[in-house]
Formats: sequence, structure tokens, C-alpha cells
Amino acid sequence: MADARSEVLRRVRAALADRPAAPEVPRDYDRTRDLGELPALLAERIEHYRAAVHRVAADGLAEAIAARLAGRGARVVVAPTDLPEPWRVPRVTWRLDEPPLPVADLDACDGVVTGCAVAIAETGTIVLDAGEAQGRRALTLVPDYHLCVVREDQIAGTVPEALARLDPVRPLTFVSGPSATSDIELDRVEGVHGPRALEVLVVG
Amino acid sequence: MGSNPVTWLGTPPFPKAAHAALGDSQLRANLRKATGTIRAKRAEAVAELSDWERLRRAGEAIKDDVLSRLDTYLERLERAVTERGGVVHWARDAAEANDTVLRLTREAGADEVVKVKSMATQEIGLNEALAAGGVHAIETDLAELIVQLGHDRPSHILVPAIHRNRAEIRDIFRRQMPSAPPWLSDKPVALTEAARRHLRRKFLSAKVAISGANFAVADTGSIVVVESEGNGRMCLTLPRTLITVMGLEKIVPTWRDLEVFLQLLPRSSTAERMNPYTSVWTGVTPGDGPQRFHLVLLDNGRTNALADPVGRQALRCIRCSACLNVCPVYERTGGQAYGSVYPGPIGAILAPQLVGDMHDAQAASLPYASSLCGACYEVCPVRINIPEVLVHLRAQATAAKGSRGPEALGMAAAGWVFADPKRYEAAQRAGSLARFLARDGWITRLPFPGSRWTASRDVPAPPAESFRMWWRRTRG
Amino acid sequence: MALFATCLTDTFYPDTARAVVRLLERLGCTVDFPLGQTCCGQMHFNTGYREQAKPLAQRYAGVFAGYHAVVVPSGSCAGMVREFHPGLVGASPATTMTYELTEFLVDVLGVTDVGAYFPHRVTYHPTCHSLRMLGVGDRPLTLLRAVRGLDLVELPFAETCCGFGGTFAVKNAETSTAMLADKMRCVLDTGAEVVTAGDNSCLMHIGGGLSRVRAGVRPVHLAEILASTEEEPWAAIR
Repeated sequence: MADARSEVLRRVRAALADRPAAPEVPRDYDRTRDLGELPALLAERIEHYRAAVHRVAADGLAEAIAARLAGRGARVVVAPTDLPEPWRVPRVTWRLDEPPLPVADLDACDGVVTGCAVAIAETGTIVLDAGEAQGRRALTLVPDYHLCVVREDQIAGTVPEALARLDPVRPLTFVSGPSATSDIELDRVEGVHGPRALEVLVVG
Repeated sequence: MGSNPVTWLGTPPFPKAAHAALGDSQLRANLRKATGTIRAKRAEAVAELSDWERLRRAGEAIKDDVLSRLDTYLERLERAVTERGGVVHWARDAAEANDTVLRLTREAGADEVVKVKSMATQEIGLNEALAAGGVHAIETDLAELIVQLGHDRPSHILVPAIHRNRAEIRDIFRRQMPSAPPWLSDKPVALTEAARRHLRRKFLSAKVAISGANFAVADTGSIVVVESEGNGRMCLTLPRTLITVMGLEKIVPTWRDLEVFLQLLPRSSTAERMNPYTSVWTGVTPGDGPQRFHLVLLDNGRTNALADPVGRQALRCIRCSACLNVCPVYERTGGQAYGSVYPGPIGAILAPQLVGDMHDAQAASLPYASSLCGACYEVCPVRINIPEVLVHLRAQATAAKGSRGPEALGMAAAGWVFADPKRYEAAQRAGSLARFLARDGWITRLPFPGSRWTASRDVPAPPAESFRMWWRRTRG
Repeated sequence: MALFATCLTDTFYPDTARAVVRLLERLGCTVDFPLGQTCCGQMHFNTGYREQAKPLAQRYAGVFAGYHAVVVPSGSCAGMVREFHPGLVGASPATTMTYELTEFLVDVLGVTDVGAYFPHRVTYHPTCHSLRMLGVGDRPLTLLRAVRGLDLVELPFAETCCGFGGTFAVKNAETSTAMLADKMRCVLDTGAEVVTAGDNSCLMHIGGGLSRVRAGVRPVHLAEILASTEEEPWAAIR
């Protein structure tokens, strides 16, 4: 008997004995759209998921981070190793992910602060790619509160525009609001296993 | 019936299975509420994109392209995953896939696994196979958890516990969840919190996770899982070993193609602009997430569907469940009547093809579980012409039944009558005698099989003179 | 032009076919009814007896060859002819020239006011095949709105199937009945005295259910409403 691989491939080829033509993919859908001012739209769309969004000027960022963390009562906060120095505001115990924090430690922290790779205005999405100021995936998953900083130049309008900016071989996480479920009567409830609170600071 | 690996053992043909569901007023109310809610929301989410129809056509074409060169894309995907540190396994059928997952789990030294909601692993009965091998599988999606704890069967692709309302879910949790307090309320927020507490320790300690895949990018080997609760992220990030079981057809050729599906899928399934979480990973990333990654490519009847030039379009399905939510049959019978993990219109065309045997009475009954109203085709994000495939599969079902059954003989007789206008008119004259059975223009009782109609509906009395008779008399 | 009455209307609802003739003649058409016509083969085709539908499709193409238009008072049969006959026996002039009644009135004749008079409270059920297969859109409603005396009431959940579905109504009789029950509830909620549609098959289903519960609402084909005038009210309504 042939091995599974050759047998499955043989079946596929036999099934395609009628040589169906590969269609031309029509790409006439919108790559970009006039969405107005992107930071405003991003904020509106994220808020729609019941996450808090604050727009801040670049020179007010540190103050805003401090205010958000204080507002949440977050005292022990996870930081990716390369979180910009000014973001590590005082009166907070920062737990740097160096050496990598055990999961139990992450679970014991009050929250995490990161940047992002890209944001999608139209869908209210933040994309993390484990790059600059983001750290590995577990950091933004286990703590119950995620404060994410988005620079205006990181905001793409549409999904196609955002995907074009991303490298798919990096581990990617698309985040659209706090964790949620519609599993009870198809009614949406926020807050399940992922961070139950998401706050976004749009800088620019 | 039910001896195949796709449909549930012992499920009766659809009309009989539907009988019980139709009489369950709680089920009917739950389904009415849930499908009604999601229909309106979906319509709104879709109306927001002015290029929706163009996205549908692109989605259709991308999937058709994949199917037309599936062997090439599978080999490409295998190469890309392997280059990035993953291990690819192939499985001809459910048993082979289950054996592979069990062996890999044992090799990882685990007797417990956490699972992300996955249709493919439901289809192959992985949990039962793992249990037989001494491995306990924990479903972590809320609806899957409800089904698992309730020792129940799924009834919806996206929300397997859609047939349960909040009060029923509370009762299941109280009975089956040790951490659930006896005063647990039936508020969705409270139920969700209970599930979070129940699963949290499992997530943080699991060695092995098992997932499905929504998409796999052939070019890069990237796997995509689309979810809402974060249970997926937990499983895909924290355990050391990740095993993904994926149907052969889940491929998209390039990363760019996801720009289409990441718009089509969330709006069609949960009616959101974007689902809360989408995870993309490629092989193994040192220092981040699972350090062992296995991908199991599953056939289990898919090549059988692929071999049918009309039926193969069912393999375009991205499991959004929009067709279930708009289906008037599904809304009334619920999903369990379809007898497999794939209910509703898509199940009615997919399950029989995966079974691949129209002599199976249950499978052969599924293509008839539709009034052919076409609402499913209208909402399908990849434009699967479900009514077309239903009718196509009905032809296979009648061929399997042969030409000597009562229905086939009746159809042959009708064909013979319609073949000749004289015979047809003679039949009209004979049939019009039935008017003497009527009272006030309606007949209330007919012999079998007409009794199936008159059990709930009257029949108009045929007139003494048909239109053609009148035409010949007055105009001929 | 020719009338394809459909086997159901020819046999059970001659009034509908007569109404089509009267309506079209009133609008200046010369209508023929070729007696070689029987059935479009939809029942066979949709139930899985594709081979037996072929000679019927062949017959249709032969009987209606040479007419510049064929009018069908049924969305479902017109859909069968236009969408599926070509796949069974190849395209023919007869299939491409086949129109559902409201398509013919609005698109070919270019009329939306046919001069009808029908002083009743009416609700309209858009049948699935006319709606989704043919895409007749709001043509029937446009025609109905122009009918004098007619009080048109919107049907809630109008686009949901009534549960007929051809042999579905007997093969899955209970599910079909459950769908019918909801449709009847919607019809009754409108307070209409007449429920109309472009397909006698669906009307037979809805009407059969309404009759069984003695609901006092009449099923009337759209053609019969459009044929009715102040001078000559349609006989079936009296």
C-alpha cells in the first residue's frame, strides 16, 4: 500500500482528471477607499468593540500612559524588552521580558504596554507582529489588560492596504477589541480568555 | 446508515430526524431568536462594503484556482511549512488522522490536550479517538465546551451550542463544571466568566494544543486561525507543541489572497467588521509560541468531492455559516437533524459528498432537506451555488435508488403522460373527477402519498375544464 | 407571442391562464396557446430525475420555436426554462425568449400601469424563484401599486420561503408545514383579504394551509388581479 502522502496526491490528481481551468482572479475590489481622517475612523471603530481609545499628542504620550495605568490601578506591568524608555513611566513596577517571564508571572501582572505593527482603520484592528515594542505573543495574551500605542503613520485604511504592509512569516496577531464571544444566543459579550480590557492610545 | 466516518452513527434520515426537532418548542424558540439576530446583523455588516459582490467573485475565483491545481498547492504548502521548521503529515481518512494526532501527543508526553474549535477534528471524531487512547481533550471554545460538558452534539458550524439558551447553559455548567458556583446566574457575562475560570489553569499548563485552520498560505506556509474569545490564542501560543489538523481544501495561494477572505469571513459569520482575534503563524518561531509544530493534511472524502465537477464547489466553503443562519429549513429543524457536524445547506451538500455513498439512506436524504429557496446561495461569501449542487446530488440519490421504487415509477409515469399532449389531456380529464371529493372547492383528504400534503393543507379541486380544453372550445 | 400556461395552472387554475390572455390582449398583444405544450420538467429535474426532464425540455424548445416571446405566469417554471433547459438540451430561441409575466409586462411591453381595478386589501408574497433565480425585483409591486382601489399591505418577512419547494412539501412534509405556519401567520398579521404571488404553486401551498384553518384569506394569482378592471371585474373574485 502506498504511503498516505502519495496516495492523497494520487487521489487529488485523479479527481482533477477533467483538468478544470484555473480562473483568472478578478481583483477589481477596492484596495483603498476614501475613509476620511484615518485616526478618527480607527478610534471610532475600536470604540465600537467597546475598547477605550484616546488620541494624544506625541509629547503627551508618557503622561497618557501613566494616566491610563493609574486609571486601571495597574501597578505591576509587563514590558517587551525594547519598550521605549519614556513609555516606562514612574510609579509602576515594570516587569521586563528578559529573561522570558514564566507564564505564571505574566498571569500575576496587572497589564502590558506595547506598540503595534499596523492598524486598520476601517475594521478597528491592531496588528502585532512581535516586532518593535511588542515582544512575543504571550505578553499581550496572558495579562488581563492591554494598553497599545498606535502611531498615526502605522494606520492603514483598508484590509488590503494593511496586509501589504505585513510580513506573513512573522507571528501575527490581529486584535479587534477585547476578547468576545457570541456563543450564547449569538449575542456578543466582551471579555473571555484574551485580555478583557483593551485600551488604545493613538499618537500624532 | 451511519457506518461512514462523517455522519453520526444511528442518525435517521432527515425527515425522521426533523420530526423530533420540530416538536421541541424550546429548540425552536432558541433558533428563531439566534438566527433572527444574526441575519439582521450580517445584512448590515455586508451592506457597509460597496465592493461586496466583487469580493465574493474574487473569493470564488481564488478558491476555484486552488481546487484546480490542488496537488501543486499542497506540495508548495508542505515545502514552505517544512522549511520553516514544521512537520507535515498526510491522512487519507479519519482513522489515519486520529492515529497521527494520538501518536504525536504521546510523543510530546501529554495525556491532556487543549483544543481550539475546529470543524475538521469534529468531523473525524478526534476527541473520542484520543479518549480511547488515554488522552483527554478539552474543548476551549465556549460553545464547544457547552456541547462537550452537556454530552451533546454540535448543531451549528460557528456556534455549536446555538440550540441551547442561557438557562440551559447555566444548568449544564452547574452540573458539570466543578468551579461553577451553585448561585451562577444565567447572564451571558456570568457564564462567560465561569468558562474563563474553568479553563484558565488548563491553558497555562497544557503541553499540547490541537487546532484546525481557517486558511493556509501555500507560498509562505503561514497558517491562519480566526476566532473571538482568545482561547485560540491561548492554545496557539502557550503549549510547547501545536498540532493542526486541516482539510486539504483550506489553502489559499498567496498572502495577498487573505485580503479577500479576511473581509468576507468575519462579516459573513459573526457579522463583525473584524473578529476579535486572528492568529497567523509560520512553522516555528524560536522563543515565541510552540516550538514544535505539526500540520496534518486531511482528505477524508474531500478528493471524492473534488472529483465531481459540479459538487466540487462545496470545497470552496470557508465555514462561515451564513447559509445556516438564513436557511428556513435549518431555522426550524436545527443542526442535529442533519446528522453530521456539517448542518444546514452546506452540510446538505458537503456531508453526502464526504460520505461518498448515496446508498447510505441518511446521506441520500440530505440533498432533499431543502425547499431550493436559494437564500443560501445569495449570502454565500464564495458563491457556492448550493441549490445547483443539491439538485445535482438528488440525481445521484435517485440513480442509487434505481428505477423500481414507487417514486421512480411515479416519476416515469408522469414523464410518460407529459410526453404526449393527448395523454396529458386524458389525465386531466380523469384527474378532474377528483373535484367530486371536494367541498367548497377544496379537497381535505387524499390517499398516500397525497396524504402527506393533506395532513396539513387542503388541495384545490381541479376544475371540470382545464385551460387547454377551454382554449380549444373557445379559440381552437 | 405564446402563452406557456404551465401544467399546474393549465390543470388546476384555468382562471389564471384566462386572466393572462385577457390582460395581454387588453394591452394589444396577440396571444397563442400552442396545444403541444405540457410541462417544463421542473418536478423531475428538481427531484433528481434529470433524464426524464430532458424530453420535456426538448418538447418545450420545439413547441415554442418561432414565437418572438413566451410568457409564463410562474417565476419558478420560467426559471426552470431559462436557467436549466440550456444545460439539459442546449440553448434555443425558445428558452432565451421566455419571460415571467411581470418581466414581460415591465421590460418588453414597458407598462407598469395595466389599467387594473381591484378594490381589495392585498398582500404580496415574492416567490423564491422569481425573487432569487429570475431577479424580478420590485416589478410585481410596481404593477400592484398602480392598480386602482387596491390596498397593498406589506407582508412581514416577505422574502422567507413558504415551504412549498415542489416535492419538498411531501418528502419533508413536517418541515414544510412548519415553514408554512410562519408564512400564514405573517399573511394573517397583515389583515389582508387576498394573498397574491406570481406562482400558483406557492399559492396552492399558502392557500391550502389558509383553507385548512378556515382563515378566510384567498390566494389569487397576480395575473388575475392585473386582469381585473372596473368594467369587467375578474370572475374568480366574486
